Amino acid sequence: MSIGTSPPRRDGPDKLTGRALYADDLRPDGMLYGATVRSERAHARILSVRPDPEFDWNGITVLTAADLPGPNVVTLMTDDQPILADGLVRHVTEPIALIAAPTRERALAAAKAVLVEYEDLPALLDPLTAEGHAIRIFGDDNVYKRIRIQRGERSTLTGHLVRARYATGLQEQLYIEPQSMIASPRPDGGIALVGSMQCPYYVDRAVKRMVGHDRVNVLQAVTGGGFGGKEEYPSILACHATLLAMRTGRPVKITYRRDEDLRCTTKRHPAVIDLATLVSDEGKLLELHAKLWMDGGAYHTLSTVVLSRAILHVGGPYRCPFVDLSGTVVATHTPPNGAFRGFGAPQAQWAMERHMDRVARTLHLDPIELRRRNLYRDGDITGTGQVLVAPGGFAVLESAERAAEAPVTRTTVRPGVTGARMAAGRGLALAWHGCGFTGNGEAKIKGKVGLEVRGSDVAILSSSTDIGQGTETIFPMIVGETLGIPAARAFNTPHDTGLVPDSGPTVASRTAMVVGGTCQKAAEQLLTLLRSRLGDGSFDALVSRWDPNWGPLAVEETYEVDPNIQWDPDTYQGDAYPTFGWSCVIVDLRVDLDTGEVLYDRVVTSTDVGRALSPALAAGQIEGGTLQALGWATAEEVVLDARGCMRNDRLTNYIIPTALDAPEMITILEEIPYAGGPFGAKGIGEIPMDAPAAAVAQAIERATGAILDTLPMTPERVFSALEPR
Amino acid sequence: MNIRFVCNGKPTEVETPPMARLLDVLREDLRLTGSKEGCGEGECGACTVRIDGLTVMSCLVPVYQVHGTVVQTIEGLAADILHPVQAAMLAHGGAQCGICTPGLCMSAAALLESDPTPSREAIRVALAGNLCRCTGYQKVIDAVAGSLVEDR
Repeated sequence: MSIGTSPPRRDGPDKLTGRALYADDLRPDGMLYGATVRSERAHARILSVRPDPEFDWNGITVLTAADLPGPNVVTLMTDDQPILADGLVRHVTEPIALIAAPTRERALAAAKAVLVEYEDLPALLDPLTAEGHAIRIFGDDNVYKRIRIQRGERSTLTGHLVRARYATGLQEQLYIEPQSMIASPRPDGGIALVGSMQCPYYVDRAVKRMVGHDRVNVLQAVTGGGFGGKEEYPSILACHATLLAMRTGRPVKITYRRDEDLRCTTKRHPAVIDLATLVSDEGKLLELHAKLWMDGGAYHTLSTVVLSRAILHVGGPYRCPFVDLSGTVVATHTPPNGAFRGFGAPQAQWAMERHMDRVARTLHLDPIELRRRNLYRDGDITGTGQVLVAPGGFAVLESAERAAEAPVTRTTVRPGVTGARMAAGRGLALAWHGCGFTGNGEAKIKGKVGLEVRGSDVAILSSSTDIGQGTETIFPMIVGETLGIPAARAFNTPHDTGLVPDSGPTVASRTAMVVGGTCQKAAEQLLTLLRSRLGDGSFDALVSRWDPNWGPLAVEETYEVDPNIQWDPDTYQGDAYPTFGWSCVIVDLRVDLDTGEVLYDRVVTSTDVGRALSPALAAGQIEGGTLQALGWATAEEVVLDARGCMRNDRLTNYIIPTALDAPEMITILEEIPYAGGPFGAKGIGEIPMDAPAAAVAQAIERATGAILDTLPMTPERVFSALEPR
Repeated sequence: MNIRFVCNGKPTEVETPPMARLLDVLREDLRLTGSKEGCGEGECGACTVRIDGLTVMSCLVPVYQVHGTVVQTIEGLAADILHPVQAAMLAHGGAQCGICTPGLCMSAAALLESDPTPSREAIRVALAGNLCRCTGYQKVIDAVAGSLVEDR
């Protein structure tokens, strides 16, 4: 059978030959091109929006907030973000007006010819002074959410107090396919959407609420990467394209240019994390005090949940008898931040892993031995009171260390750079990552999967999209294995909200583990249905004897939360996650002492994946996430101007790693099964983002003595931290 | 302006402004949408095609420059069966979201024609103009290296 093997991905041939159709490849008959007029100010009253009389407006449609048919709200968690700014802008790049035109060039030109008159208002851009500031953005005090977790008894022992501040910057998801969406009028007066997205039902809900009726369906096009950047943001494009399609009666496509996408879409939340630990002489953590601030930007988006995951991961994979963890996510007049692979956990664990190195330095202990003395063991209790079952920290640490004994085979060079003075170093970091939604999140979502027997094949109906991670391949493998038929005879139907049930969003490392688990249960239900009429037998034998008069051979399964999971969202005590993944990363790098540039030679990762449903797909997730984390570590810096607008809004100056920058990778998949996941599988999509940056910092420290506590560790920052030689 | 060239083996004629981007002519006029626009400024490589064998970013090429040339896009890389690079990418898991994949395949195919046995480092150099955000490049490089082994 196929579980544990790596068959070619189902969508591979179409993607490799260029046949796969992404949103921007589609061009329905009569289609117009949409464009967006955006705020040039951080905080301002809009005095007027008027078309430039010099411009040729023939054939062009312009819409503003006054043209909205329903509530001016992008439906997500909190009703604070308008679809189009109405009288006030709260961040630079905020949408003010929409254009539809016969060509893309005309649409872009028209957007520039909409004249907006502003009256500037004082803007609040600094997250560290936002809380309670006289300039109000959100609520009474600009705080989207505060969370505090306290547990355990203060230590009676004396120990070493180690405290420091750590920081991380914005990061862009940088899916290679920019945001794109097409809205088309339906014959019944409704709207059909097709676009690049992770979560069709987010879009479905947002558009239905705006138009005030249910004649809306949303189809995911082949999607060129998401990483969280296409979790919530596509709802905005969908609302905009829908407004233009309704007004013009024609299909309208909005595809962002790269510079626009970079300036206005969500990014990883920047964070400042203060940690203070009390540590015994032997290097045992006695107390951990954490204070964390995050910048949510001008609208709420998913910020409260990002903060939640940050706080729940800030202690790292280490036991500590007393924790006092608090966090605040605030509003500023900057473009809203949102979902990005890891969702707060990478920022928090960057701080804790750096702090472990600081503790080791203070106590003159080996940083890896210090980690070993504190790593969670079976039965340990987390900061939320969760009892850990079979934590994988030691397993991934040991297998990574073993693999790292192999000689490093690559010495990364910069073409054209010779005679550089280099210092080599190795660094190690550990991480844990809660799989799936926090606490009782799945109980609220009640994700569904449908199965239908169609001829000799089995159709899988879900809203879980493939954004590259392999859903189209994995779900058929799970269903085929459960039914006892080849995976090739099961297939995902198109992810169209008019046809598939809501499986919950494609986020939070939940698709294979939670929705895949629901696929397995659905297949079991299908077998039960067959056997209830026909007794035992193989799936094929039973199907061949099924009498259509008994009804369709179709089932729908709803995810059932493990009743043993207890979570109190008010006290933040209980089982924060159904299970955790574990990861260890060992980086070999060299630092160019003349430029501060970091060159990566090799990265070893060991990750507890529960069960590798497809080892190639699992390793692909980990390798890609690891490089994204290395980019965050040393290359990717979002530079904002005085208005909070991204200045380096191009791929020439927002630098992501190339094939030449990437290290050789050794990827180890540990399999400590999770009983609640299909065939033991855990979520793996996000954990590779957690540990690499801290391993890089430790390696730089070992190579050069330079201590860096702020991300990204750009050449400039590394160079400044180098001891003068 | 009337531009004539051979596109994926077929004589092709388009009427277009001479400074139109080759990428737009391919995608919009010829409906060859396998070449993708990731940045529009020659940085990401998703629009990589070959002109007389040379790999270029089609977003940077004014279409008049291809008059009289032979252009190959991802749609012309394989006929009925996959090109060895495509087959190896499929076998090794070198494609994920797929948006950069056509460009990567075009660059890798060009490399193997000029250097049938490239080192892993040579593969990295050849693919350095094709950004991929999903794979970390490991399986892409495995695939390109592997496509040789399987050919031998």
